[in-house]
Amino acid sequence: MLLQIKNLHAGIHGKEILRGVNLDVDKGEIHAIMGPNGTGKSTLASVIAGREVFDVTAGEILYKGKDLKKLSIEDRAREGIFLGFQYPVEIPGVSITNFMRTAVNEVRKFKGLDPLPGGEFLRLMEEKKRLVEITSNLTNRSVNEGFSGGEKKKNEIFQMAMLEPMLAILDETDSGLDIDALRIVANGVNKLRRPDNAFVVITHYQRLLDYIVPDFVHVLFEGRIVKSGGKELALELEEKGYDWIKKEQK
Amino acid sequence: MESEANNILEEVTQGDYKYGFVTDIETEYAPVGLSEDTIRYISTKKNEPGFMLEFRLKAYRHWLTMVQPKWAHLNIDPINFQEIIFYAAPKKKKELTSIDEVDPELLATFNKLGISLDEQKKLAGVAGVAVDAVIDSVSVKTTFSETLSKHGIIFCSFSEAVQNHPELVKQYMGSVVPYTDNYFAALNSAVFSDGSFCFIPKGVRCPMELSTYFRINAANTGQFERTLIVAEEGAYVSYMEGCTAPQRDENQLHAAIVEIIAMKDAEVKYSTVQNWYPGDKNGLGGIYNFVTKRGICKGNNSKISWTQVETGSSITWKYPSCILLGDHSVGEFYSVAVTNNYQQADTGTKMMHLGKNTRSTIISKGISAGKSNNSYRGLVRISKNAINSRNYSQCDSLLLGAKCGAHTWPYIQVDNKSSIVEHEATTSKISEDQLFYCQQRGISAESAIGLIVNGYAKEVLKQLPMEFAMEAQKLLSISLEGSVG
Repeated sequence: MLLQIKNLHAGIHGKEILRGVNLDVDKGEIHAIMGPNGTGKSTLASVIAGREVFDVTAGEILYKGKDLKKLSIEDRAREGIFLGFQYPVEIPGVSITNFMRTAVNEVRKFKGLDPLPGGEFLRLMEEKKRLVEITSNLTNRSVNEGFSGGEKKKNEIFQMAMLEPMLAILDETDSGLDIDALRIVANGVNKLRRPDNAFVVITHYQRLLDYIVPDFVHVLFEGRIVKSGGKELALELEEKGYDWIKKEQK
Repeated sequence: MESEANNILEEVTQGDYKYGFVTDIETEYAPVGLSEDTIRYISTKKNEPGFMLEFRLKAYRHWLTMVQPKWAHLNIDPINFQEIIFYAAPKKKKELTSIDEVDPELLATFNKLGISLDEQKKLAGVAGVAVDAVIDSVSVKTTFSETLSKHGIIFCSFSEAVQNHPELVKQYMGSVVPYTDNYFAALNSAVFSDGSFCFIPKGVRCPMELSTYFRINAANTGQFERTLIVAEEGAYVSYMEGCTAPQRDENQLHAAIVEIIAMKDAEVKYSTVQNWYPGDKNGLGGIYNFVTKRGICKGNNSKISWTQVETGSSITWKYPSCILLGDHSVGEFYSVAVTNNYQQADTGTKMMHLGKNTRSTIISKGISAGKSNNSYRGLVRISKNAINSRNYSQCDSLLLGAKCGAHTWPYIQVDNKSSIVEHEATTSKISEDQLFYCQQRGISAESAIGLIVNGYAKEVLKQLPMEFAMEAQKLLSISLEGSVG
């Protein structure tokens, strides 16, 4: 099992947000996590990535059988966990090229590899840019600075392609995207799909799942996964809305 | 989380100062303290013509009437000038007959600092950098002087210039920074012992970067050097300055003067990477860096550009300035000033617009960490006759941690209606969001801070000559690694 979440309780500033999440993700799988606003979807993503403002109060997260609690944010990343951000932050003055080169080489160093020579790095970048249909000058710009919503999300997928994670969590990557950008982002994910990696796609709407077909769909509600099913569950949610789940829970 | 970040901050900001070593060389000192005798001693040692001694004595007598200024946002322990040695020179061993008459010990010192004084070592295809190496009170070696002289360029120590080109020294010395200018300028004018002199004749583009490397080695010694750069009509030169000092518990005074004169159509770029010993993590020791730097754009269409990366010194007090006298002349000031631990910096610039259609740009990036204080102080003055002039100023402050201070004092005075002055200022912190984003990509917190700070300072760093840019980037990361709160 790649990722095992057992009875996870977590919160921020003393307020509990996740109240006993259980989730198993295996290699080769795509999981979709859906649910209304404010039910803890982004919190779950942040907690897996190790964001320090959140406190894990109970339960555990095992990644490749290892307790994630013991790993720093950067070590989780170096071990292959990638988080595609809902709101990617701007880093003025730092070009994507420079940013990615630093990231790729720190990950390589962690794995005991030498830094990638400049030429090879640039070739890798060109290859991955094509995958996400990124125009050439985007990577010379400062990370996310002045990017449109679509550019920011494409940049997230590009970084994912560069880092080739084992477990990629995409936090509402579809929000704020027009249909073309959505297709490009989804294509990127599909092309990066391999038998030995897995994706957790957090989304509010079913429409992304027209392009990225999940093996499993989970509904997160009030800090718990209250319903799981196949891709048809997403369609059902689209049709009936979340009120149906809410009623069922009461 | 806060405390963890502070731990990283403390851990890494205590990184060692790489250049804190002392070289064991035989040194000749002036008697400790300051009097007319000290000045006569220095002048005699340097075998100076009468006009020099006269200049020094006038400056000294004027200095005696002055008091140390208190307007800077700095806490300066009283300086006892009678405890300072004003002249220290490495003793020359026997005259060497080989290519270098430099004491091998000194050569080794500069090699250790990464400064090559060996002209043969220049890389194939690279233009090379001519270096004037100053240790304590004297210049020990100037490289490529002969190559440069083929272009009519004079690049030598100040002492040599006094001997060989007294007419030029007499003409220009004190013409931009008169000895009456300020307390430390008066002091320097009285006791300065060496420095660099550079003269680029009419129409000559200097074929290589010129640089001076200042090293303080002796204890209880002040360093007072003077640099004079003259670019005649249509000339161009890019000049770099670097500096380091041993790690000591006492404060040491470094009070320098730099004067630049740019004639019609001339351009001078002056870059500094200042890395004097900053004191230890408790604020003990470090250099007092009290420097007067000023250039005059004398002729029409001339340009003077200052770029500084200030990471060292326990106290920095300096305002590289431009007097824009010629019509259409241009002044620029690009600065990154980093303070950490207990360092204090009060730095900025003055842009004095006197000619018509003059333009100036000020980009200042302050970075404060630890318990340090970092101030920008700048004056933009546009005189009545400087019609259609423009200034753009941007002063940004970045705070790392919750115990440091950033201050901005911009002074603006505009005396005509056709000129435009713009001032922008921001204060920011490295956000937890930015750090998390970097770390999530596998970048350690330390590297992330280096990356973010270098990004923040990019506008200034890109002004540096290639030879300096890499060093400056590394220095910024080292000075601040892990400092976040």
